[in-house]
Amino acid sequence: MSDDPGRGYHDIGGLPGGRIERAEHAHALWEMRVDALMVLLTHPERRVITVDELRRGIEQLGAEAYDAMTYYERWIASVTNTLLGKGVITADELGRRMAEVAARDGEGAG
Amino acid sequence: MATETHDHAHDHRPPPDEDGPLTYYQTMEIAVRELLIEKEVFGADDVRAAIETMDARSPARGAEVVAHAWTDPAFKEALMADGSAACASMGIELGPLRLIAVENTETVHNVIVCTLCSCYPRNLLGIPPDWYKAKAYRARVVREPRAVLREFGTEIPGDVAVRVHDSTADMRYIVVPRRPAGTEGWERERLAALVTRDCMIGVTVPKTP
Amino acid sequence: MAARFAVGDRVAVRRAFPLGHIRTPYYARGAVGDVERICGAFGNPEELAFGRRDGPKQTLYRVRFAQTVLWPDYDGPPGDTIDIELYEHWLEPATE
Repeated sequence: MSDDPGRGYHDIGGLPGGRIERAEHAHALWEMRVDALMVLLTHPERRVITVDELRRGIEQLGAEAYDAMTYYERWIASVTNTLLGKGVITADELGRRMAEVAARDGEGAG
Repeated sequence: MATETHDHAHDHRPPPDEDGPLTYYQTMEIAVRELLIEKEVFGADDVRAAIETMDARSPARGAEVVAHAWTDPAFKEALMADGSAACASMGIELGPLRLIAVENTETVHNVIVCTLCSCYPRNLLGIPPDWYKAKAYRARVVREPRAVLREFGTEIPGDVAVRVHDSTADMRYIVVPRRPAGTEGWERERLAALVTRDCMIGVTVPKTP
Repeated sequence: MAARFAVGDRVAVRRAFPLGHIRTPYYARGAVGDVERICGAFGNPEELAFGRRDGPKQTLYRVRFAQTVLWPDYDGPPGDTIDIELYEHWLEPATE
């Protein structure tokens, strides 16, 4: 990783990298839903967010989070931050709904 | 440096078990989707339709395009001039995707990357492979393309130029590989079976039958 | 909008390191290459990244760079190249 503050941590062309890990995973349904969310939100008929807003959000997660999160975890984090910034959803709504979803999940698992 | 070496361990975690407890980000996805549906930003049917549409996209569609180009010089010319229009003429609509086809020849081998994120001709080929999105490929292929190709089992002779394409903006790319020797007279469908996703990214070449 | 550069023109990528969402790769900044094709005019990602969609469009070019120019220690043949898509405001005429 570069120490240059003028270089984004995502901007890695030419940096040293390890062996290319070629194992592939089948996409989980929730990952496909995140993908779909992005397709729908950027669709010309809706224009809720732009692809560049998604990318900018990913570029602002922080280098550690960028490396630690999976691909679609980065996407949903960035999409959610962008929606919060635009007031499409509020943090209060999000926090309450996430608690509800987690509670429903707990019941189902029990 | 630490972030570079840690990368593959995280980017290739297996898919979370759908039956286990939801992770933080899985919970977030469900909550955000439900809120957006309630606010009528889109409907639940739209989500299902978008998933089905993406599922229907696959490297097989790109392989049909390549096989068509191999067998029809006029189509190949159209494909090289305007990839999206040529696909549309085959009934493959790419939406807003601006496709550029780049052709391997006796003197040029092409390979595609997106060093900044994961740009890929998704509307044609579907979702890119994990390694294409991961750091090792993105970091290395622009600087040591021949070594990377060798890791994929592809040796490019010194008298063939390697041309890397970094998809940084609004264009998306597909490599039209060279048609293997020994396939004279083959039907399009049989030819298409030789064209893999990795051939169209440019990290491999079709196997000679 | 007329394109400032033509196919075959020798151009230099500006050496600039702002914050924001930038689609000009770090490794290309300051490099000199040749315009390979003009892709058309597109929204500026630096503005789109903040949700501003109505600014002027930017001409997008594909610029071809010799690997040996980008990486002085490149050990492959001199004919190896990289094509990069770059927006017009990142390019200036090459003086060399």
